[in-house]
Amino acid sequence: MKLIKNIVILVYISSIFAACSSDEDPVIINEEELITTVRATLIPEGGGTEVILESVDLDGEVGPNEPIIEVSGTFNPNTMYAGTLKILNEAESPAEDITLEIMEEDEDHQFFFSFTNDIATATYGDEDSNGNPVGVQFNLLTGAAGSGGFTIILRHEPDKAAADVNTGDITNAGGSADVQVTFNIAIE
Amino acid sequence: MIQKIFFCAFLCFITVAGYSQQCTYNFKGIITDYHDGSSIFGATIYIKNLNRYTTSDDAGKFEIKNLCNGEIHLLISHISCETKEVFVNIDENIFQEYTLEHHTEELKEVLIASASELKTKTMQSSVLKSDMIDKYSSQNLGDVLKNITGVSAINTGNTIVKPMINGLHSSRVILMTNGVRLQDQEWGIEHAPNIDINTAEKITVIKGANALEYGGDAIGGVIVAEPNRIIVKDSLYGKSIVSGQTNGQGFSLHSSISKSTKEGYYINAKTSFKKYGDFESPNYILTNTGLNSEAFSVQTGLKKFESGFNLYYTYVKNEIGILKSSHIGNIEDLVNAINSDASLIVQDFSYAINSPRQEITHQLVKGDYYKRFEKLGKLTVQYDFQNNRRFEFDIRVGDDRNKPAIDLNLNSHAIKTSFEFDSKSNQTYKVGLVGAYQNNFANPNTGVKRLIPDYSKYDFGLFSIGNFNLNDNTRLNFGIRYDLNYISAKKFYFKSRWKERNYDVDFSDLIIGDFNTQWLVNPKFMYHNFSTSIGFFHRFNSENSFNFNYALAKRSPNPSELFSDGLHHSAARIELGDLRAAQETANRVATGYDFKNQNTNISVALFFNHIRNFIYIEPNGTEQTIRGAFPVWAYKSTTANLFGVDINWQQKITNQVNFNNKTSLIRGVDESNGRNLIDIPAANTQNTVSYTNKKWHHFNANLESNFVFKQNLFPNNNFEVFIPTTNSDLLLDISATPSSYHLLNFNTDATFKLTQKTNVTIGLTVTNILNTNYRSYLNRLRYFADDLGRNYVLQLKFKY
Repeated sequence: MKLIKNIVILVYISSIFAACSSDEDPVIINEEELITTVRATLIPEGGGTEVILESVDLDGEVGPNEPIIEVSGTFNPNTMYAGTLKILNEAESPAEDITLEIMEEDEDHQFFFSFTNDIATATYGDEDSNGNPVGVQFNLLTGAAGSGGFTIILRHEPDKAAADVNTGDITNAGGSADVQVTFNIAIE
Repeated sequence: MIQKIFFCAFLCFITVAGYSQQCTYNFKGIITDYHDGSSIFGATIYIKNLNRYTTSDDAGKFEIKNLCNGEIHLLISHISCETKEVFVNIDENIFQEYTLEHHTEELKEVLIASASELKTKTMQSSVLKSDMIDKYSSQNLGDVLKNITGVSAINTGNTIVKPMINGLHSSRVILMTNGVRLQDQEWGIEHAPNIDINTAEKITVIKGANALEYGGDAIGGVIVAEPNRIIVKDSLYGKSIVSGQTNGQGFSLHSSISKSTKEGYYINAKTSFKKYGDFESPNYILTNTGLNSEAFSVQTGLKKFESGFNLYYTYVKNEIGILKSSHIGNIEDLVNAINSDASLIVQDFSYAINSPRQEITHQLVKGDYYKRFEKLGKLTVQYDFQNNRRFEFDIRVGDDRNKPAIDLNLNSHAIKTSFEFDSKSNQTYKVGLVGAYQNNFANPNTGVKRLIPDYSKYDFGLFSIGNFNLNDNTRLNFGIRYDLNYISAKKFYFKSRWKERNYDVDFSDLIIGDFNTQWLVNPKFMYHNFSTSIGFFHRFNSENSFNFNYALAKRSPNPSELFSDGLHHSAARIELGDLRAAQETANRVATGYDFKNQNTNISVALFFNHIRNFIYIEPNGTEQTIRGAFPVWAYKSTTANLFGVDINWQQKITNQVNFNNKTSLIRGVDESNGRNLIDIPAANTQNTVSYTNKKWHHFNANLESNFVFKQNLFPNNNFEVFIPTTNSDLLLDISATPSSYHLLNFNTDATFKLTQKTNVTIGLTVTNILNTNYRSYLNRLRYFADDLGRNYVLQLKFKY
């Protein structure tokens, strides 16, 4: 009898535990550091049509869909463009401006720009508190007519003191990539 | 009454069949302690019908010469044990092994224990005893188990070590700790068993799914960790182990104390602390590989002949640093890491544990009760509750810096009852019922897509086992088991993923909610699993024995295999489960041969495991994201064949010098795709020369050479990746295996008596003496850094 009583007690205890776990639906997670959008706005010096480069991946890192890359137009040859980067999370509404977070921790972030076919060169237009470049503001000087790839990389926790990193050479930068996008651009 | 239960008993294997009358037979035997196998000195062996006496020597051995054909009436006794009778038929020179309960314990208990030993003799099992476990006090369960041939480990760095039995790990290996099946999210490679090695006094590894009592899904095997036995007499004793080591510049401390009474009441408590800083490879510091660990357990109960109970609580908390250079942003970082010889991030030594890191707390409460029914058997009822809280912290920015990327809370309840019919000594039966409920909650506050969803899981199991002594040298054991597993999960899928996997075709009825870009889905799956096991053991003579066993095992896919869906930050890979994954069905045939004489003991074990729907994870190309490309690791199913051989050869060279070779070879073939299986341990051979001298304070010295071959049989999962910074396509060599390596280790210890009841054992261990640079195929961090360099460990063990 005592044994049966014990079993009943145990079953009772376990059913309490089971009852505690609710069968509620889980809450949807809005990924906080998600970057869905990289937008570079390039305004030519002395006026002209601005060029907008945009990469949007609304299903994020985890979704299987590839980012949709759009280039609004062509660049003028041998022209200086003032560039501004906007990093957004558009999966949230209103969209979260991650550029602000990057600016807050600007010592730990740096953008790198590279081109194929020597179609253009880029220089930094801003500095962090240590006088090292960040790259949210940058200048792009186009070369002669042609086409090629323009890659924008954002490194998190790069070694900004390493050789040539402050001139925009990624080789020794280290850190890890938060953004890496390549746009195919044309200079006409 | 109480005195009555203080018996001592033994198990005997008797020989039959007879020839002509002669008086030239020799009867040799050995008397060993049932619990730890140590030899018992000074037991009296009395042949009643011949009025002859002998006693066992310090090796537990005895010999009676010139016996005639016929039955002898044997009485074996030892201090504080009641004399017990055995009848032995003498018709040839025989060698018998008697397992004696060295400590005062009740008769029945030992008979049952003997029956369980009978059972394991038909299986491929190995035992690690407390001396060996104590040596590894500062390390992990996975490390100590590598001492068993055929058991290897799959690592994430050097502090996350998962045991692997004959090439199988994680959900295919059941871990029992003090009668409780550990439920600690054991599915992941980077989820080390949450068990403090110091709580175990004895660890048994059973290869294959033949121990159906513990579960029908142990396709790899079962690891049974048992706490110290209860001595039913008034006693108070304890043990403390202090270790310090150079590599990691850390220490480990363990202390335990036990009290018991002659009425059968007992209580014991154990605690362990470990603290290590960054470990070092031969050439550089492995930044952020430290470990903080704390564990506590308490056990109390009553152990009587008719009935008893046990209450048990354990708490284990581990904070584990993950090699900093293993954090990668995208596939380009992985390419850089693979192509670099050294670790890409090396900082000064530190005790700090930064992200990426894991913080895991495991708590377990158990209560059991048993009652014996005269001339029938023993009823056991047990309830256990486990809570596993797991945090994984990734390198994050801004306000999320200290927020975990994975935050899982797993609660498991299990209730089980069994009845063992043990009134007949030549056949025992056990039937049992198990019911379990498990709930996983993935905290949404991480701000990262859940890798494992919320789920509820219900399990019900039913088993029956029979053990038979067909004759004195032949044993048979069989078992059947039925398990029902039901899982109901609630999970968000990106609509794009849902479509990409074609789930919209097969599983559209599972959708319960529409959240803009995501579906909320409620998969409910039920699995019926039947398992069977047959074991056979035969002893040809005192030197040669043979066993054969077969197991049919079925395992339901685990939550990770079904539902994984996300970026596993600490692994920098997208992991994808498969809702279509079906149960694995394993047919395993194994056989072993054992030769044992005074100087030589050779065990050879062969196995063949055919697994249908074998679920594995492997690299499966890349997916482009805004962060660049990520490697995708997908769960897949195939038909797999695993086969191999484990050899253990012990050779006595002189009374003081011993040689031991352990070799294991294993092959894994993906039958469906005609290629090799991933993550199969490479062949390895370990040779040890040891010197022991009991007169010099039990002095021991071992020199061990461990050679691990290069794994040449691996699947090619390499793929091309575009590297924008160099504007080139590169082959990502994610498949290649590391070179072979040879490690030399040395260990020595001696024991000194401090007082009558106190002694201290001082031990020194040097691992990787040659400071060899090496990487292990089965270390997930092999892409990023070398394995551990030389390490000196000094250990003091006090027993009081």
